[in-house]
Amino acid sequence: MNYELMIETFPKLLVGLNITIQLVSISLFVGFCFAIGLALLRLSNNLFLNFFAKTYVFYFRGTPLLVQIFLIYYGIAQFEFIRESFVWSFFKEPYWCAILALTLNTCAYSSEIIRGGIQSVSFGQIESAKSTGMSGFLLYRRIILPIAFRQALPAYGNEMILMVKATSLVSTITIMDITGIARLIIAKTFSPVEIFIVAGLIYLTINFIVTRLVNFCEIKLTPYLRRAN
Amino acid sequence: MKKYFLTLIAFLLMTISAAYAGDWSKIKIGTEGAYPPWNGTNAAGELEGAEIDLVRDLCARMNAECELVAQDWDGIIPALQNGKYDAIMAGMSITEERMQVINFSQGYANEPASFSVLKSSSLAALGHSGKVNMDALDGKSKKLLNSLKKTLKGATVGVQGSTTHENFVKQVLGDSVTMKSYDTQENLELDLSVGRIDAALSDQGSMEKFMESDKGKKIVFIGPGLGGGPFGGGVGVGLRKNDTDLLKMFNKAIDGARADGTLAEHFTKWFGKDISM
Amino acid sequence: MDLELLVLGDEGWGDEMLRAALVTLMVSLTAMGIGLFISIFGTLSKLSNKFYVRLIADVYTTIVRGIPELLVIYLLFFGGSNAVMSVAKLFGYHGYIELNAFVIGAIAIGAISGAYSTEVIRGAFLAVPRGQIDAAKSVGMNKFVIFARILIPQVLRYALPGLGNVWQLTLKDTALIMVTGLVEIMRQAHIASGSTYSPFTFYITAALLYLILTTASNTIFNSAENWANKGVRRA
Repeated sequence: MNYELMIETFPKLLVGLNITIQLVSISLFVGFCFAIGLALLRLSNNLFLNFFAKTYVFYFRGTPLLVQIFLIYYGIAQFEFIRESFVWSFFKEPYWCAILALTLNTCAYSSEIIRGGIQSVSFGQIESAKSTGMSGFLLYRRIILPIAFRQALPAYGNEMILMVKATSLVSTITIMDITGIARLIIAKTFSPVEIFIVAGLIYLTINFIVTRLVNFCEIKLTPYLRRAN
Repeated sequence: MKKYFLTLIAFLLMTISAAYAGDWSKIKIGTEGAYPPWNGTNAAGELEGAEIDLVRDLCARMNAECELVAQDWDGIIPALQNGKYDAIMAGMSITEERMQVINFSQGYANEPASFSVLKSSSLAALGHSGKVNMDALDGKSKKLLNSLKKTLKGATVGVQGSTTHENFVKQVLGDSVTMKSYDTQENLELDLSVGRIDAALSDQGSMEKFMESDKGKKIVFIGPGLGGGPFGGGVGVGLRKNDTDLLKMFNKAIDGARADGTLAEHFTKWFGKDISM
Repeated sequence: MDLELLVLGDEGWGDEMLRAALVTLMVSLTAMGIGLFISIFGTLSKLSNKFYVRLIADVYTTIVRGIPELLVIYLLFFGGSNAVMSVAKLFGYHGYIELNAFVIGAIAIGAISGAYSTEVIRGAFLAVPRGQIDAAKSVGMNKFVIFARILIPQVLRYALPGLGNVWQLTLKDTALIMVTGLVEIMRQAHIASGSTYSPFTFYITAALLYLILTTASNTIFNSAENWANKGVRRA
């Protein structure tokens, strides 16, 4: 094992951290917003909307992310009418293709997590809110969603970690994230094991921080559930 | 339960095959299978191309039983060093950089590199003419290079990663262009044809193959044919440093194929021209 | 979408894609098997009283779940043979050992799958109420009998939904072992799309094949859950 090379590699890989963090945060944020909507569609009584949400989740959870990335990047570009329309300026950029694929993917998983959270809100809580005159949007904003988010937080923490890991796949569509730069360095040094170990350590550190943050939020949001040590 | 584990372990052991260094009656050869017409994959799922024919030819001359192993390009040298196969025949140019970690046989083919663009692109106005040998730059070739640099200034240029083409773009064009590295030549060609990149640098033979296809017919070469310098001295068989006996065997077999004309035949068949050396 | 490219036989890629789907299924099953095998030891270690044993299991699940699957596969692919050879040297074998793409892929995905299965099975163990074990002890059952008659049937039931999720993860993760050269669905689609310059056709086909595999296995897991839950009273 060439430790000198590993130490040399470390700062070079950190250059890719920027892209990795951008991809994770943008897609998680946008994905989460849409996921709330999708979860509500999934719980709605309208058969058509329900079916749409179900199909969406079925497709994005049933296929590997790598297929989704390749389909969006290489697949969609094959259609002339897309290349000639205004959306091409979006699909032309690998960066936006990556964001789109990651967002659509996390949206499907997050919506299931949120749905689980919403369904876990006990009927009694909703009933008492209704008895005080709350309904519709207010009921969701003040009662259902806050409780649902707290319930869904641990599962959503896992989803965040999965997303951090998932960004490593965008190196296959010419994006220079941590993994992309690692591959570039390997092409020069021909020592994949050392360099992928360093890259792995960086991902591990990011995920460690994410886990701590989620734990911190869990404790903050439910001080009354904190265990006395 | 116990029985199941025993079968599982037996199965794993069975798939571990052992080979001994120094006995070259069986040779494993790594290739990419995504770089036609050097080495591609056909609709029957089989490897095909000039180098695949050449492997069969050379192995017959070396009295060796050869097995082809498909390996992604960016890991092709580490996997050789790791022993996944004993030789690389994948359109790999002989360069100083690679010589530091692996050995090469004598070259068996040489094909100039060129930039290519969409016919509809403004870059196409440069036209395709001349030859530049990067090892011997005279006034005329410097002029050709300069007008190429001027044309490409600010363009997005695609290359296959870990190639001599990537080195050329980095060393000669540097920051005047935006470089994008692709995993395979085929994906590079796809993105050139849809206009995601303004120009691609690759060897002429493989791009010509693409130009024959439906999607590639709107692509043209620009600038001079490039060789020498960062492009290395032709394409050869990549071998581990300590397998000198295998190196001698390959050199002798290539000599033989060159002498009786079969080497030229293989390349003429796949490239439509004789690029053997 | 160009269906002509998907005909069976040597003219089209249909039969190659179907064969690749079979390879995906085989490698997923093997990986899941390896993962379950690992998870038995993982769970026992995590529930152990010894600090170091717990530590090793924790380090394993944290690392494997914390770094991208792609890197796990690359590391095993480039470092795996060397690691196996150094182990073999300890046993006095000095020849060259090569692991083929299927084995490396299955082990890599198995290691990942094992980390997730460990968490699922550990959770299922902890879900069995302590009182039941005390009750079993009080009627004179020994450790083995408690394990076989009280723990296993319930752990299996609690773990099934989680294991179903792990299976889906495992199945989809096999798409990444295309980098080892194993011709499974993803690699075949990659090769075919490159060779024919028709990425849309082949990646859509790949997506459909994965959907068929995930849907079919979902159905199997659902009926397994129903079977495991048949003795449970429901409101």
